[in-house]
Amino acid sequence: MTNQNSTNIASGFTCPLPITDYKSVLLAHGGGGKLSQQLIHKLFLPSFQNEFLEPLHDGAQFTIGGQRFAFSTDSYVINPIFFPGGTIGDLAVNGTINDLAMCGAKPLFLSTAFIIEEGLSMDDLWKVIQSMETAAKQADVLLVTGDTKVVERGKGDKIFINTSGIGIIPDGVNINPKNVKVGDKIIINGEIASHGIAVMSVREGLEFETKIKSDCGPLSGLVETMFSASRNIHVMRDPTRGGVASALNEIASSAQVGITIDESLIPISDEVRGACEILGFDPLYVANEGKLLAFVSPDDADKVLETMKQHPLGTSSAIIGEVVSLHPGMVTMKSSIGGTRVVDMLSGEQLPRIC
Amino acid sequence: LKYITEYRSSTEAKKLVALIKQRVTKPWTIMEICGGQTHTIVKFGIDGLLPKNITLIHGPGCPVCVTPLEIIDKALAIASKPNVIFTSYGDMLRVPGSKKDLLTIKAEGGDVHIVYSPIDALNIAKQNPDKEVVFFGVGFETTAPANAMAVHQAKQSELKNFSLLSSHVLVPPAIEAILSSQGTNIQGFLAAGHVCTVMGYEEYIPIAQKYRVPIVVTGFEPIDILQGLLMCIGQLESGNYEVINQYSRVVRLEGNVPAKNLIFKVFEPTDRNWRGIGMIPNSGYKLRPEYIDYDAVIKFNVGEIIAEESKLCIAGHILQGMKKPHDCPAFGTQCTPEHPLGAPMVSSEGACAAYYHYGRNKL
Repeated sequence: MTNQNSTNIASGFTCPLPITDYKSVLLAHGGGGKLSQQLIHKLFLPSFQNEFLEPLHDGAQFTIGGQRFAFSTDSYVINPIFFPGGTIGDLAVNGTINDLAMCGAKPLFLSTAFIIEEGLSMDDLWKVIQSMETAAKQADVLLVTGDTKVVERGKGDKIFINTSGIGIIPDGVNINPKNVKVGDKIIINGEIASHGIAVMSVREGLEFETKIKSDCGPLSGLVETMFSASRNIHVMRDPTRGGVASALNEIASSAQVGITIDESLIPISDEVRGACEILGFDPLYVANEGKLLAFVSPDDADKVLETMKQHPLGTSSAIIGEVVSLHPGMVTMKSSIGGTRVVDMLSGEQLPRIC
Repeated sequence: LKYITEYRSSTEAKKLVALIKQRVTKPWTIMEICGGQTHTIVKFGIDGLLPKNITLIHGPGCPVCVTPLEIIDKALAIASKPNVIFTSYGDMLRVPGSKKDLLTIKAEGGDVHIVYSPIDALNIAKQNPDKEVVFFGVGFETTAPANAMAVHQAKQSELKNFSLLSSHVLVPPAIEAILSSQGTNIQGFLAAGHVCTVMGYEEYIPIAQKYRVPIVVTGFEPIDILQGLLMCIGQLESGNYEVINQYSRVVRLEGNVPAKNLIFKVFEPTDRNWRGIGMIPNSGYKLRPEYIDYDAVIKFNVGEIIAEESKLCIAGHILQGMKKPHDCPAFGTQCTPEHPLGAPMVSSEGACAAYYHYGRNKL
């Protein structure tokens, strides 16, 4: 069977990847940066091509019986499975909720699938399940279907979770990178980079002491209040893997607009900034799990910002930049001392530096 | 967080830029030694704020970039061996050897670990007595004390399964090599603050006198760099060539004496090949004979590995300050962070990576 398959592949499919150095998949191919983009554009898109996939948004949007829906899926393979401020279970539930929320949808139903490594303690599994229950209740969604597989010891890493979700998109809500216009203000709902640093602080062999907690949380409630303030929210993105820089680059690229942000306006806690300095990380590339970037028409930006600040997940919201007509497809940043630089897409994971 | 926000203040930066503009009457070419400084300059757009007649040349002070290809190949050979746990600082993992990098070795099943410190590697060795644990000891004088400490502790505790692949390089011989090379146009230096934290700056005084160049020991934040430049330009304009310490909140003349003593106990100077530059006499550290059991090159018998550099890559010219990254025909085309031809495109401190990430080719 295996032989037959590989023969078929060899004769019917020539790999279009120009990255001939990579005969095997590297971790960076899943890192959300340039190598992930290469996989999507060179392997996945040409194979699965369709109108719902092509916008490459956080979820697909479609209409059934006059009602618009959003549908999204994500898998969670985080190590360690417990970290300051959350668990793999919180992430799995909130991650898909947030992907749906980024389509402007109100999440309704989730599915979940567990791949569990033989030997995981029942206690740990129970903790994960409980955290999923709490997260689902908090966001008012139901886990309506699921699946469980157990793999041999050593063939997994404790537990992998997939969730998929479906939500309805209210009338008048239209989230699409193509709606982005020059002059749109870019709003973020709070301090960046805490999730990535919190997870890093407990990763085996790389531990350091910190009070930083993951920002993991459901954004659907916040999004609902934002839309109650204005329907002129053109696109939203949750800057998870690859951080704020990668999310902004994705939007600049798919909307073919220029984006400029101001370093001094980007909210970041002193603790996270300090940890990033020590590790040699740029916080713009560090993952978030409870943050969103919203592109809002300039007339409504202040109104949306004020509404966000009233919500518990948006108290430190800020306008961090805007869409410009210059340099389409590119993100630039005014540095804290007044210089300018390009904020590029990250290639591969950030690695702790020497000195 | 003291010393981060204060040293990134835009009002202070504007004041310093104005002072520099007042002071400058002639064109000057200044080299910042350390790759960390290069990144600050490009990341904060400092070069764009300076008067046009100040040229900044990016120096060879990126330990990742100057590690010779043959040592990377030795690292890859050791990391591929069964029963070896190969430990390294993160940014060495993507540096291309002749054929592969450490990340590829890891993807192929090699046991490659990122650590923050050689002491972490030592602990891994203690926890895995049936494995050979190797630490990739790359760096300038800054990282030498920690590596010396790891080897010293291993010997004291009779830990047999730990060894060091040493590729230490030293700043002062590199400055001398640059100053004595033909066609150099560098008139002043910003010395690397962190290196001087360990070593002090006594050894720079004879260099400044011999070659009549001002040297300013400089920190890494934007305000540090601007202050360092102002001090250097001030000396150039008035014809002085002293060693001045801008980074006095951290650096003392004599450096960190206990750290230096430990370095000299474990290491001795040796000739070292610099990637893209070539051999510089007495520009590196090797383990002293009494610590030879901890030398990974000998333990794994990889001394014979030699390697040839990519012909396209002009890393040598860039590291010596003769060319800028965007002068390279491969820059951003054949050579990108995903596909680096040379180490300056890989490291978080490499000049090419700085230019690429912060868009100096695009702006």
